[in-house]
Amino acid sequence: MAFLEVKNLKKSFGSTKVLHGIDFSMEQGEVVAVIGASGGGKTTFLRCLNFLEIADEGTIEIDGGFSFNAEKKYTESEIREMILRMGLVFQSFNLFPQYTAFDNVFIPMKLRTVERHKKDKSFDLAAALEENRERARYLLCEVGLKDKMQNYPWQLSGGQQQRVAIARALAQNPDVLCFDEPTSALDPELTGEVLRVIKELKDKGCTMIVVTHEMEFARKVADRAIFFADGVIEEEGVPEKLFEHPTSPKTAAFLGHVNGSLNG
Amino acid sequence: MGFLEVTQALLDGLWNTFLIFALTLVLALPLGLVISFGSMSKIKPISYIVKFFVWIIRGVPLMLQVIIIYYVPGMLFGVPVLSRFVAVIVAFVINYACYFSEIYRGGIEGIPRGQYEAAQVLGMTKWETFRTVILMQVIKRILAPMGNEVITLVKDTALARVIMVVEIIQAAQNFAAYGLMWPLFYTAVFYLAFVGVLTLLFGYLEKKLSYYKV
Repeated sequence: MAFLEVKNLKKSFGSTKVLHGIDFSMEQGEVVAVIGASGGGKTTFLRCLNFLEIADEGTIEIDGGFSFNAEKKYTESEIREMILRMGLVFQSFNLFPQYTAFDNVFIPMKLRTVERHKKDKSFDLAAALEENRERARYLLCEVGLKDKMQNYPWQLSGGQQQRVAIARALAQNPDVLCFDEPTSALDPELTGEVLRVIKELKDKGCTMIVVTHEMEFARKVADRAIFFADGVIEEEGVPEKLFEHPTSPKTAAFLGHVNGSLNG
Repeated sequence: MGFLEVTQALLDGLWNTFLIFALTLVLALPLGLVISFGSMSKIKPISYIVKFFVWIIRGVPLMLQVIIIYYVPGMLFGVPVLSRFVAVIVAFVINYACYFSEIYRGGIEGIPRGQYEAAQVLGMTKWETFRTVILMQVIKRILAPMGNEVITLVKDTALARVIMVVEIIQAAQNFAAYGLMWPLFYTAVFYLAFVGVLTLLFGYLEKKLSYYKV
């Protein structure tokens, strides 16, 4: 079995079918870029992987992690266990405005540590929390925000906010980290710093799925690109090949449109 | 009847004004939160019933509500069930809780969905999300409309005299029987001082919370 394996994933909203049966798998350490027009189901796919939406049909499995089957009923805490295996970085950052960059990363970790301690008193809570603090500091340094830890989100640029959000998602040590158009809300001059962080994560072996419109980035960083159209994976392959020689007319039309709009 | 004597009488009245104000606030603030949860309930019948109730309470003058709550139990059961003061408190608490509930609802519904989703993907429970993420943002959002409502409450306490609860205006009017009008105008000083303190308090809270933006 692959590291992450998704089979026949389906999701509808009312009478609108958004995902028509997605089969997808990836290996540990792999970086997959997801491209496609709006409304193609990319975001819904990520949201299903992170259980913000519960799929109507299909399975999601992580090797040595969890196994989700849409036919089964899960309790809220079982869903939370699975959520913690996945990470998600949003287009609009969604930092908590009342907390500093440091607390945005530390507080979610603290809540989980405290919960763990309630069930298992055998470890020292204070020491575990100190470890959490250390990890928050380490992660913020990793994304280049050593000097911004005590700043509030409104004091940070969009690019800095998104890097805090990445550190926050990494804090729970997810098996797969997902990005939903991480640079779409950023001014063009700020996208570079975020993409650089994602590139560095790849070099460290982080398993990632990145929904993006940045074709150059997808080409350079992703091991594989998948093209979503009308709720199915229309085509997938090595980015170079997919971008240069798409076999599906839909992919070709989309890429032509993107390139056209870039040149125009 | 000299200045000191009038001032003493007005201060006695002000004590009732303050009691009505404080008791209403202490009881209506939490009750309003409960009502707002009701009006936001996903169970439609509950939300409809609560919204209907809020419409009634906000749609009828508070003065009339005070009269109804004081007299109607008596008319139905033959004896006045509530003391005058308790009737005033019950009417005020219900009325203000409904207004507060709408302020809470606006504050809670105004929180972007992304905040809940971010909390969810970080593995927070619903209660953790409310406590650590949502609450402080709601407080900041509702501070200004709450300040308005609380200041209105100070002056609404004057409605208590409709069932002869002697608050400061009534205390001043008692002097009118002796042909003295100035005590009535003098009450404005007390109201202004009361509201002045509240204005400073809300200004202080706003400043306290200015370290973050929502």
